[in-house]
Amino acid sequence: MPVSETNSQIIYSALKESGVRLISVLPETWLVHMVTLAEEDTDVTLVRLAREEEGIGISAGAHLAGISSAMLMQNHGLLASLNGIVSLAQLYRIPLLMLISLRGGFGEEHPWQTEGGMVTEALLETLRVPFERLQAPEHVAPRVREAKTLANAAIRPVALLLCRELMWED
Amino acid sequence: MLRSEALEAMYPELTSCAVVSIMGATAAELSSLGHRPNFFYLQHAMGLASSMGLGIALSRPQEKVVVLDGDGSILMNLGSLTTLARYRPSNLVHVVFDNEVLLSVGRSFATATATGSNLAELAKAAGVPRAASVNTVEGCRQAFQEALAAEELTTLVVKVEPQGPANYLMDVHMLENRFEFQRYLARDRQGT
Repeated sequence: MPVSETNSQIIYSALKESGVRLISVLPETWLVHMVTLAEEDTDVTLVRLAREEEGIGISAGAHLAGISSAMLMQNHGLLASLNGIVSLAQLYRIPLLMLISLRGGFGEEHPWQTEGGMVTEALLETLRVPFERLQAPEHVAPRVREAKTLANAAIRPVALLLCRELMWED
Repeated sequence: MLRSEALEAMYPELTSCAVVSIMGATAAELSSLGHRPNFFYLQHAMGLASSMGLGIALSRPQEKVVVLDGDGSILMNLGSLTTLARYRPSNLVHVVFDNEVLLSVGRSFATATATGSNLAELAKAAGVPRAASVNTVEGCRQAFQEALAAEELTTLVVKVEPQGPANYLMDVHMLENRFEFQRYLARDRQGT
């Protein structure tokens, strides 16, 4: 599978290093290696979701209970989570860390991914969710750390966009 | 049975649990019995109370967690029943007040439970190990106490009349409630 195992491991290690101990996810192709790593990791509670918006509630509960969490989802999962982000994570000031695979950008060959790719970043801006694109492996660890720091300081959701250059090996 | 009567019957046990309540009538009636730092009122994000309860229950296995859900709310997030069943935290009791309507919108609109959808059967079919439906105050009191003692994930559907308080305004602010609840959940780790 041309999903980068090396970079998936780098992202997963950065999450662990930043203190994440609960990960909720709805699997998709780019996330497969990270889900496998979480499944095999006894230090991390993995919650597989039926629909991504559940993960907002689970992370909110975990945060109030003192556990640092992250959500892994596709950008279409972000679209499916909007009310949870606004009416729970933002309304109740939850420092939610979202790692979102940015499907539908340049190089995307699947027609069904393209509409979501075109709205993802504009949507995050509209939601006032601070985000950065993760493209180079050497940026992963510092940006995960910085994203968590900002989320905790602002007590608000933040997002990291997993880009094709990082996740896919053509 | 009125929901307020059911809440009154459950209240003595709720005082020692981490409670996540849905918005509106349920939150207002619970707080009118006496607000406590272990009560969290999810005033929006309809559907996510059970997901929040799951996040708390998995993160704090020693804490008894009670979710006070509603038919309209759980119908917005039925997949949550399958996620609850999959991880089946033994410290979570999922109560669903089923009044068969969306009460808070000004006019009663029947939900699908009024036309045959059975939430206790849905929970069972989703794989929740214990699920039951009650329609009397005494039945509710007993089933709730059994659920707390069972050490097994339970969905308890409480059939109630479609009646609520005159208004849903509460004197505890959402953020005050959120930080107070977080401190309650941290009490052991802070030695308080």
